[in-house]
Amino acid sequence: MSILINKDTKVICQGFTGAQGTFHSEQAIAYGTKMVGGVSPGKGGTEHLGLPVFNTVRDAVEATGAEATVIYVPAPFCKDAIIEAADAGVQLIVCITEGIPTIDMLYAKEYVDSKGVRMIGPNCPGVITPDECKIGIMPGHIHKKGKVGIVSRSGTLTYEAVKQTTDFGYGQSTCIGIGGDPIPGSNFIDILALLQEDPETEAIVMIGEIGGTAEEEAAAYIKENVTKPVVSYIAGVTAPPGKRMGHAGAIISGGKGTADEKFAALEDAGVRTVRSLAEIGQALKEVTGW
Amino acid sequence: MNLHEYQGKQLFAEYGLPVSKGIACDTPKEAVDAAGEIGGDAWVVKAQVHAGGRGKAGGVKLVKNKEEIREFAENWLGKNLVTYQTDENGQPVSKILVESLTDIDQELYLGAVVDRGTRRVVFMASTEGGVEIEKVAEETPEKILKAEIDPLVGAQPYQGRELAFKLGLEGKQIGQFTKIFIGLAKLFEECDLALVEINPLVITPAGDLHCLDAKVGVDGNALYRQKKIHEMHDPSQEDSREAEAAKWELNYVALEGNIGCMVNGAGLAMGTMDIIKLSGGQPANFLDVGGGATKERVSEAFKIILSDSNVKAVLVNIFGGIVRCDMIAEGIIGAVKEVGVKVPVVVRLEGNNAEKGTQVLADSGLNIIAATSLSNAAEQVVKAAGGK
Repeated sequence: MSILINKDTKVICQGFTGAQGTFHSEQAIAYGTKMVGGVSPGKGGTEHLGLPVFNTVRDAVEATGAEATVIYVPAPFCKDAIIEAADAGVQLIVCITEGIPTIDMLYAKEYVDSKGVRMIGPNCPGVITPDECKIGIMPGHIHKKGKVGIVSRSGTLTYEAVKQTTDFGYGQSTCIGIGGDPIPGSNFIDILALLQEDPETEAIVMIGEIGGTAEEEAAAYIKENVTKPVVSYIAGVTAPPGKRMGHAGAIISGGKGTADEKFAALEDAGVRTVRSLAEIGQALKEVTGW
Repeated sequence: MNLHEYQGKQLFAEYGLPVSKGIACDTPKEAVDAAGEIGGDAWVVKAQVHAGGRGKAGGVKLVKNKEEIREFAENWLGKNLVTYQTDENGQPVSKILVESLTDIDQELYLGAVVDRGTRRVVFMASTEGGVEIEKVAEETPEKILKAEIDPLVGAQPYQGRELAFKLGLEGKQIGQFTKIFIGLAKLFEECDLALVEINPLVITPAGDLHCLDAKVGVDGNALYRQKKIHEMHDPSQEDSREAEAAKWELNYVALEGNIGCMVNGAGLAMGTMDIIKLSGGQPANFLDVGGGATKERVSEAFKIILSDSNVKAVLVNIFGGIVRCDMIAEGIIGAVKEVGVKVPVVVRLEGNNAEKGTQVLADSGLNIIAATSLSNAAEQVVKAAGGK
């Protein structure tokens, strides 16, 4: 088991023949992901990386039975690409693209929800179930199949947590980058619920950052619903208010969204927090007794 | 991206919101002439900066004659206005807005933001206008009225009426408020706003609603399709290093410490700042070189970090995901040589080809300290900067 994706998940790529789509699809295929084709409007009927190219997502889903799609199309076209995927009947949309206008995401998120489709991202590294399926831009080689579920708003911080759990020998069940935008397709709670139910996941690492109240909401959820040990790190204790720290969603505004508030909420929920991101592995060792 | 008050009011006017007749002026003479053109015998002159609290700082004045206008303009143009929302240096004033005077009976508040929790544009209205709305929200949350906009159907007039009645408005004000509400919702969506505030939205002695101030923030991700608004961008209101970094697509935020940071990834960049602080140091900046950390960008990043004279040491923290660390190491060496870095540089490389990269740095003969881990890197750089 794992969550969201496994070795049987059939994946297509939107923006398949572009530079990003090509590079990361090659990497995914090399990792063993069951890529079954891609979409590039106007290039339908051709072949790319040994896989069929389709004009529309609907064509691709009908021909291949794809269950998941990964989106690398440029930000101005993402709202359209997400809605097209939702209409075509995929179950999982992973949007890697950074820089999508927030108003577009308000529409897209509302729409995928109305269709009962799950979306991860945008502005995220993607999802990986080690040794089975890699959808996104994360480096496959740092992962190891195992028992820790990792959910994070930041790409490179996910890699840090992955490396530490690999180095400690625990490995990962599934790692999910939910992305650094203000309106994510899935939030911490959506993923925590899945990790709690997944028998392969024995402990959870949750990495948050300043901005918004997603971590506080997650803390309340953990308190009521999560029985597995959770270790959490929040980035941005030193971030000044009112400044956007790289991610569109990483901003303390009106005095809200500070790292200290988030740490406090998580600690209140019984989560083991670490103030140094280098201590995630050690903290896991301590809370699990592994 | 934030707009000046006069720019926000231009947008308000385009969307049918009631604003004062006003002219933004670059010189004292223009300001005096503007008063003549606007007419009347009393005006308000307002220094245009991207910060609130202008009134208390002397940046807003009620004036009764043209000599006062000249004096105000001469006093402020080319100077910096310091308010409780700016840093100690303040923000440069390059325009003065001259407006006809509006008499006030009551001050209300109307604003809208993208609310992450509900994933809606949420309008907020309050009878407590003219003061800091964050304070009202904290102390008397019951005085903030809210209306959520469903993205699939948009703002509805009934929502405006509902707010208007709850605010205690009556008669013609109900229609006026609803028109402002609908216009503002349309503006928010069509212009890709991130935030809009009318504070205060006033009721005049004649009982009419009028927008006395305009605070507008635009979604930076949407500027590609908001050309007209993008042109309103005033880089003088931003930190010059942040503006320079933006040209190279580097995310840079100036801080007050003495340890420069160069990191790939926004989350890791924040995490690096945090670990420096934990180790007893103070970060001088946030800097995300992004996923494609090429030699050229690493070099530009070094230049920007070192343009801050407080910087006593630099920490480079790279987690090589797809990129190879040995390539990054060569980029760092090239940059250190080219820029002539005189302060100690601590480098932590992790991920793809990290060992090879560390070796390349060790063999370079430059003043580069290779760290063995992230904690070690933080300790080394704090020591190198002379802290702790």
